[in-house]
Amino acid sequence: MKLITAIIQPDKLDCVREALYAAEIKRITVSRVTGHGQQEPDEDVYRGVKVVPNLSPKVRLDIACNDEFVDITCNAIISSARHCGGEIGDGKIFIQDLLDCIRIRTGERGGSAI
Amino acid sequence: MGSKIRLALAAFLVFIPAGLMAEPGVIAVDTGTTAWMLTSTTLVLLMIPGLAMFYGGLVRTKNVIGTMMHSFAAMAVIGVLWMVVGYAASFGPGILGGFMGWKNEYFLLQGIDESILPQGIPEYVYAMFQGKFAIIAPALIAGAFAERVRFKTYILFIALWSLLVYNPVCHWVWAADGFLAKMGAIDFAGGTVIHITSGVSGLVVALFLGSRRGYPKTAMHPNSLVMTLMGAGLLWVGWFGFNAGSAVSSGLDTARALTLTQIAAASGACGWMLIEGIHHGKATSLGFASGVLAGLVAITPAAGVVTPVGALLLGLIASAVCYIAIQVKNRLGYDDSLDVFGIHGIAGIFGAIGLVLFLRPGFVSGQSSSWSSLHQLGIQSLAVIIAFAYAGIVTFVITAILQKTMGFRVQEHEEMAGLDNSQHAEQGYGLIHIN
Repeated sequence: MKLITAIIQPDKLDCVREALYAAEIKRITVSRVTGHGQQEPDEDVYRGVKVVPNLSPKVRLDIACNDEFVDITCNAIISSARHCGGEIGDGKIFIQDLLDCIRIRTGERGGSAI
Repeated sequence: MGSKIRLALAAFLVFIPAGLMAEPGVIAVDTGTTAWMLTSTTLVLLMIPGLAMFYGGLVRTKNVIGTMMHSFAAMAVIGVLWMVVGYAASFGPGILGGFMGWKNEYFLLQGIDESILPQGIPEYVYAMFQGKFAIIAPALIAGAFAERVRFKTYILFIALWSLLVYNPVCHWVWAADGFLAKMGAIDFAGGTVIHITSGVSGLVVALFLGSRRGYPKTAMHPNSLVMTLMGAGLLWVGWFGFNAGSAVSSGLDTARALTLTQIAAASGACGWMLIEGIHHGKATSLGFASGVLAGLVAITPAAGVVTPVGALLLGLIASAVCYIAIQVKNRLGYDDSLDVFGIHGIAGIFGAIGLVLFLRPGFVSGQSSSWSSLHQLGIQSLAVIIAFAYAGIVTFVITAILQKTMGFRVQEHEEMAGLDNSQHAEQGYGLIHIN
């Protein structure tokens, strides 16, 4: 089992969700996050003064899956989260080993609980 | 129609110079009426922030600023345009065969410094009161194409729409020599001039530009129904100026209009809650706000001429009719995002025609012996058809030209990023992000 964490641009959320849905990956958690990476944040303008925010808004997806779905999930995200074939700021995917998973309703554990 | 226009033109040549152009100092200012008209003017302006909140709350978080700016921009753009040419083109004596009005003295409001209207109010007050109506009409349209238009093109769109659609229709219905006014069409406070024209125009632009990306499959949740409810409340309050001010008096007509407005808004809201309660088992806040609007729009053309029971029924039935219209829209699948046609267009048409059923006895007995309710029904229907067709066609032409030349619809990546970011370089809710 793996835990896939993807950080993407907010405007690509719909595209990524559609792609994941098309790939039959339907169990995801989405949160609004802020941070900075290699990308220079967008300039905001307040009363004529350009302000460079020190953090950019991003969207974070957390997806737990069995090993055979890791590539499917990552490919769906990669193909749908890019701007014009790939730009700085399109985001990152982190993959970690997942020790266990419990379905609260039934108490079942492991891969079948995902 | 041609004979009507010629008649109107002839009538203007005979009557207008004596009627509208009061000699300075001849008519005394009626302070009571003037005070109420100043209040009404302010109340109608309050509807624009109300509309901004109503629409602003209904869109997604990323479009809240862009949507509210559509309303506020109308306040600025039409506020200027009305002073420059709008008043002259709407309320000047008819030119071009009665197609629109024009009067050099009204250009830049130069010639009304001393003018007092026969109702005893300074013409400045009347010009500003009417100017607020001119602002709200294009602001209403914006709901139909929310979340997907370029701000620059929108500015030009409302300016052109105001000049080519609003001013002529306003002239036909409300100027003393307008041909629909001469025909006897009843439009007390703008059911035809404002709600039908904006409803139809919204529908045309929404159909022309197409649906938002993902509609109707992707859920598009309102970002703040709290704001929408407050906006609906402000609209309700402002509508007292809109309707009761349209009597241009401070007396019995005003009291009638105010009473009927209150009744129809309340019965509209009750009606919608009832329908939703039966249909879904729960009354929603958005449904409540929609019911208030449906009732208010339906009573707008009728505020001076129906009975209190008539207002009650107009409000109730308007809710039902609009509710059905929105169900039909969902079936047809076109994206009138905030239901401008479904509420303003449909309730406007219903009110303009339905008012004939509930005319108060005092109004009927004041008509000439040749008058019949069937005849009035014909006139009302004709006025609706003319406004509907004219607004629809001209809006289509404006939209097509703007889309071809400047691009009316935003690029897909701008739409996905949201109008706040792509059109204004801002975020509506900064606190959502930690920075």
